[in-house]
Amino acid sequence: MIAFLRRRPGLLPLLLLAPAIAWLVAFYVYPAIQMLQASLWSGTLETGFAFSWANAATYPEALGRYSDQFLRSILYAAVSTVVCLALAFPLAYTIAYRAGRFRTLLLFIVIAPFFTSFLLRVLAWKTVLGDDGFLLGPLKSIGLLPEEFRILATPIAVIFGISYNFFPFMVLPIYVSLEKIDRRLVEAAKDLYAGPARAFQRITLPLALPGVFAGSLLVFIPAMGDFVNAELLGSVQTRLIGNVIQSRFLVNNDYPTAAALSFMLMAGILAAVFIYARVLGTDELETGIG
Amino acid sequence: MSAEVKPRVADVDVRLVNVTKMFGDQTAVDGITLDVSDGEFFTLLGPSGCGKTTTLRMIGGFEQPTSGLIELKGEDVTFLPAHERDVNTVFQSYALFPHLTIFENVAFGLRRSGIKGDEVTRRVGEALELVQLIGYEKRKPAQLSGGQAQRVALARALVNRPAVLLLDEPLGALDLKLRKQMGIELKRIQREVGITFIYVTHDQEEAMTMSDRIAVMNKGHYEQLAGPETLYERPTTRFVASFVGASNLLEGKIGSDGESWTVTLPSGDVVRAPKNLGDIGTGGAIGVRPEKLTLLEPGQESKGNRLDGTVVDTSYLGVLTQYTVEGAGGLRLLVSEQNVDRTTRSDTWRPGERVALTWKPEHGFVVGDSKSA
Repeated sequence: MIAFLRRRPGLLPLLLLAPAIAWLVAFYVYPAIQMLQASLWSGTLETGFAFSWANAATYPEALGRYSDQFLRSILYAAVSTVVCLALAFPLAYTIAYRAGRFRTLLLFIVIAPFFTSFLLRVLAWKTVLGDDGFLLGPLKSIGLLPEEFRILATPIAVIFGISYNFFPFMVLPIYVSLEKIDRRLVEAAKDLYAGPARAFQRITLPLALPGVFAGSLLVFIPAMGDFVNAELLGSVQTRLIGNVIQSRFLVNNDYPTAAALSFMLMAGILAAVFIYARVLGTDELETGIG
Repeated sequence: MSAEVKPRVADVDVRLVNVTKMFGDQTAVDGITLDVSDGEFFTLLGPSGCGKTTTLRMIGGFEQPTSGLIELKGEDVTFLPAHERDVNTVFQSYALFPHLTIFENVAFGLRRSGIKGDEVTRRVGEALELVQLIGYEKRKPAQLSGGQAQRVALARALVNRPAVLLLDEPLGALDLKLRKQMGIELKRIQREVGITFIYVTHDQEEAMTMSDRIAVMNKGHYEQLAGPETLYERPTTRFVASFVGASNLLEGKIGSDGESWTVTLPSGDVVRAPKNLGDIGTGGAIGVRPEKLTLLEPGQESKGNRLDGTVVDTSYLGVLTQYTVEGAGGLRLLVSEQNVDRTTRSDTWRPGERVALTWKPEHGFVVGDSKSA
């Protein structure tokens, strides 16, 4: 085997990639093809499904019917990403440059929630944000908040839940990119008459952009597909496209619509990522890393 | 225009008065006082940890002294932040901005000081011309060699025409050949722009070839501040004598004999040095550079100082031959002899041969009591 590889060194990278490729084919490509097929089915679970290219009409139909949920998903995911970014950048900056010996501890605290199940965390927030929970209850009883005030079952609760759950995915990449910036560059900027704010704007921020880019994708993409936060913290008014897909699949057994929606969601995310990468400029990213 | 004439602040560009810097309970810089004149190539030379870089960083504004005063062109800048000082730095690692082109790197300081448009283009062009990097404007730092990056760092600092340019071991990352070349280049540029350079290095050769004056630093203070020639010919402390060039130090009982200091070596031999070479104090020594020594056959007559010994090592180095001679009492002396017209014989001396070492008393030097604790 080794002797064979030595004669054909070009095969080694392929060999190293093989397990991952096999994994992707088995658990991504194959199901995706199946989904594509399912989206072109017609019929019901009882009568059986039949495939026909003519069923492509399911796509515009589903999009028209669930455009509200689609737009809401985009809006919530975008707002959550911005909220995460606004909170994560200062935190990552502090951990990277100001935390001293507490750095490791703070990083641990950031990822600590991951030690609890995703579902449990959302349920915990449901308790915390509850109408008479320990946050709102006391404020209501002393009359600081009106009795009918609520956070749970509002868009705010859903956005809050999404932001909370994906927050570490924003902090960590930004921390990594900040941490590897040579601090002497900031010193050099100050040497060249840049005050602290200017040095941040011209040096630290541009060099941290790869982290911001990666973090935003890591938050935005899963947020687009969220249904747990919307289900547990939201209401009918906050249903996201993820909830629709979930109920079409598992409740209504409407496989074609669910599959078509899934496909459109995937295409939408890919398009959004592509535009985002174009706007931020991959060239900028490469040199920032290099 | 005001008719008032500003009082002329001598020609001192940088003045340090009793500057001390502590890191915790460690003293990095211990009460340095010095003046650097306008247009001077001034070097802080010393081993790592001697406080030279900390001194430079305090002048640049990256560190604040624990006590003392720093003046720039007669103005107290002790606590002025770096970005408000008329000083620019060439960093040891160059610290070029990786995300900016060479043009934008060089233009960085100009833009921050509000210079715009054509003026920026013109001055960046001039600076790149000075360091011979015209045509590299659009490249990124990652696309440059070490020598080129070093030139960009220099251009980025010089383009601002600072009162003083600080250089923190700027040649440290280059290979030997490039280092020598850049050293000559630096000296040329300094003469061309006439800006005061304060240069930090641990390389005594670099310091000797470029500097007008050198402060030899050790343990947070400087032991001697002088021109390269004086440092070499008349080192005043043991540390300077051994850090700048090679030296033979002759230790023993100190005495005085008319116009000369005498040192009686443990072997009983007496060596002399004229008193006008410096003060030997109570714990000093007489020293002599290896090339000032002449090797003679044991029987040959000579004047001046003379010690007998045996050659223990011979190294032929091309330009010269270096000998180690062991004298009475285990005293080891280093001797260099030019490989031309040998004084006493045409052949090199071989290990085991008996020789006499002689030198004129006025060719020696005198080190005083050690200043460092």
